Amino acid sequence: MHKQIFEKYPPKDKSVLIAILQDVQNHFGYLPETELQEVADFVGLPLSRVYGVATFYNQFRLTPLGENVIRVCRGTACHVSNSANILFNLESALNVKAGQTTRDKKFTLETVACIGACSIAPVITVNEDYFGKVAVKEIPNILKKYSTPKK
Amino acid sequence: MVELTINKIKVNAEEGMTILDAAKKAGIAIPTLCHLKDLFPTGACRICSVEVEGQRGLIPSCAYPVSEGMIVDTNSPRVRRARKTIVELLIENHPQDCLVCVRNKNCELQDLSAQYGVREHRYAGEAKEHAIDLSSPSLERDPAKCILCGRCVRVCNEVQNVGAIDFTNRGFQSTVTTPYNKGINISDCILCGQCILVCPTAALREKSASKEVSNALNSKSKYCVAQIAPAVRASLGEEYNMPLGADVTGQIVTGLRRLGFKKVFDTNFAADLTIMEEATELINRVTKNKPLPMFTSCCPGWVKYIEHNKPNLLNHVSTCKSPHEMEGAILKTYYAKKMGIDPKDIYVVSIMPCTVKKFESHRPELSEEHLADVDAVLTTRELVRFFNMAGIDFADLPQDNFDNPLGESTGAAVIFGTSGGVMEAALRTAYNMLTGKELEKLEFDDIRGFDGVKELSIKVNDLQLNVAVVNGVGNVAKILDDVEQGICKYHFIEVMACPGGCINGGGQPIHSKPEKLMKRVKALYSIDSKMFHRKSHENEAVKTLYKEFFVEPNSHKAHEILHTSYTPRKK
Repeated sequence: MHKQIFEKYPPKDKSVLIAILQDVQNHFGYLPETELQEVADFVGLPLSRVYGVATFYNQFRLTPLGENVIRVCRGTACHVSNSANILFNLESALNVKAGQTTRDKKFTLETVACIGACSIAPVITVNEDYFGKVAVKEIPNILKKYSTPKK
Repeated sequence: MVELTINKIKVNAEEGMTILDAAKKAGIAIPTLCHLKDLFPTGACRICSVEVEGQRGLIPSCAYPVSEGMIVDTNSPRVRRARKTIVELLIENHPQDCLVCVRNKNCELQDLSAQYGVREHRYAGEAKEHAIDLSSPSLERDPAKCILCGRCVRVCNEVQNVGAIDFTNRGFQSTVTTPYNKGINISDCILCGQCILVCPTAALREKSASKEVSNALNSKSKYCVAQIAPAVRASLGEEYNMPLGADVTGQIVTGLRRLGFKKVFDTNFAADLTIMEEATELINRVTKNKPLPMFTSCCPGWVKYIEHNKPNLLNHVSTCKSPHEMEGAILKTYYAKKMGIDPKDIYVVSIMPCTVKKFESHRPELSEEHLADVDAVLTTRELVRFFNMAGIDFADLPQDNFDNPLGESTGAAVIFGTSGGVMEAALRTAYNMLTGKELEKLEFDDIRGFDGVKELSIKVNDLQLNVAVVNGVGNVAKILDDVEQGICKYHFIEVMACPGGCINGGGQPIHSKPEKLMKRVKALYSIDSKMFHRKSHENEAVKTLYKEFFVEPNSHKAHEILHTSYTPRKK
């Protein structure tokens, strides 16, 4: 499938690296290690350079996302409303750090700068759902809602 | 020419010159960290900042060209304050362990701290933590000590064309590492150690074998012998403030004996042997229509490079072991038998200018029944530390000679230490093997010097022999492509991974005196020119070895003991 990605680009042209990485990520949802080596060979750069670019930009992921993506808003309004505590509790509950995915691949925990819902701070989103004025004690329930298998 | 003023001194500079170079010409030193001579400036570290009249901010002098009438101040209070702040910030994110650091007293960060009078910790805060990468038998990477100057990255990418390491992540998490931070041994690093030579701190350093060697020297059952490479004798004196290019062969032999080595041999003996084997192999390949061109195999960095990058061309690499491995193999076969010592008790230590040799000595191909040809490899720097620890006052040591029979060598062997040397030595002997005559002029000036690719065409009988010397593995890619497509005109190609050859190896003394390479090369050529025997086939000890043991070059026994095979490696 990725062969079709390469067809769009001239070989051995390092200026197309980021565009190719975006396409690969769109296709796989993340940047798999084997693909990264192929991209490196295609654009004619060492793997270390491609890996460096992939880790430099926040938009690129090197691990697949979990089934559910939890985003904790760390913008100013949420910060004032103690979103750090929400993040800390989510990290403890899921046993991962921000940016990581749980072992069972159920949850990916991320932080975002501001999601523009400051009036209901602190906010977290799970997939497309918004949770405003989140309290620490609600966290177990929220997680439970998404960890039960979908029918 | 443009005229500018630096620190109120009128300076004439060529157009396009940087402020840094113009100041240097006028005897004004500007500190640098990320700057690498001959490479495009990155201006990353800002330590070379200067004030230029009419400019609002400070200017990085390494990346800013001079112009007519420019007024520069390299030493204003503002400049000094800025530099000091940079150093202070670097120090606070750097382990405070100078006392136990391998680069203590030879560290650019330490020097800058002293130069700018840092006396207190003004920016104490979070410091990065990283695990030390101990995966490789040759190199250690300690990212906590890295100040992110990027010199190793650029040498690896732009000079060596290997690209095993690069910057990853960003901001405070930024670190120089291998893809997926997997450890240098898993990457396609060729372990040449050029990154060590340019590292301002101890973030990159050799993996020391001192402990193993020390234990062996103290063990009653081990018969410890040492061998030294040609390039070591031309550089070791530098660590004792002797003039660049001083030949300290005799002192090293004495020093090694005082350390407790029972015998001290010369890798040059095996270099002569290598030439006998390699020249014979070349002639066989030319006359019997086997894969040509043939590449030299003395340089383990180059061998690892081709194993990673063009494993399909491995049949073009000479099957000869590298000289120190040959020496080790002979010590554990011929010599052990002759002296009546159990090969298991012989402990061979190679003193090398090279970090890859450590990896090479671990290669399973280079052992016989789990008995490695060479047991441990010490770099030039490690040997100096050994001497210092043992209280050996190197400068005042008397000279001594190598032990025989594996200590005799010719001038052809000593020039192995420089780019073009193996080729020159091989030609001296191959010419004789093919024509039965001796060359009139032994020096081949075309393949000496520091060019990236040097070529030579020489008429031998009816054959026009085309040879090339690749100086630095960064220059070999095009030749490999040509060989792959079958359009390579050469018969024989020497490749040395390090620019300049072994004299600039990753295990050599670390300093940035600009003429060090020239002087070291000169030292080797001068040893060669003073030798009575200057052709490998004239080495009497080698002749005896063939008479008593191997019968003739490339014989069955020689193949068993002196030749090896290679392993394709995943890229």
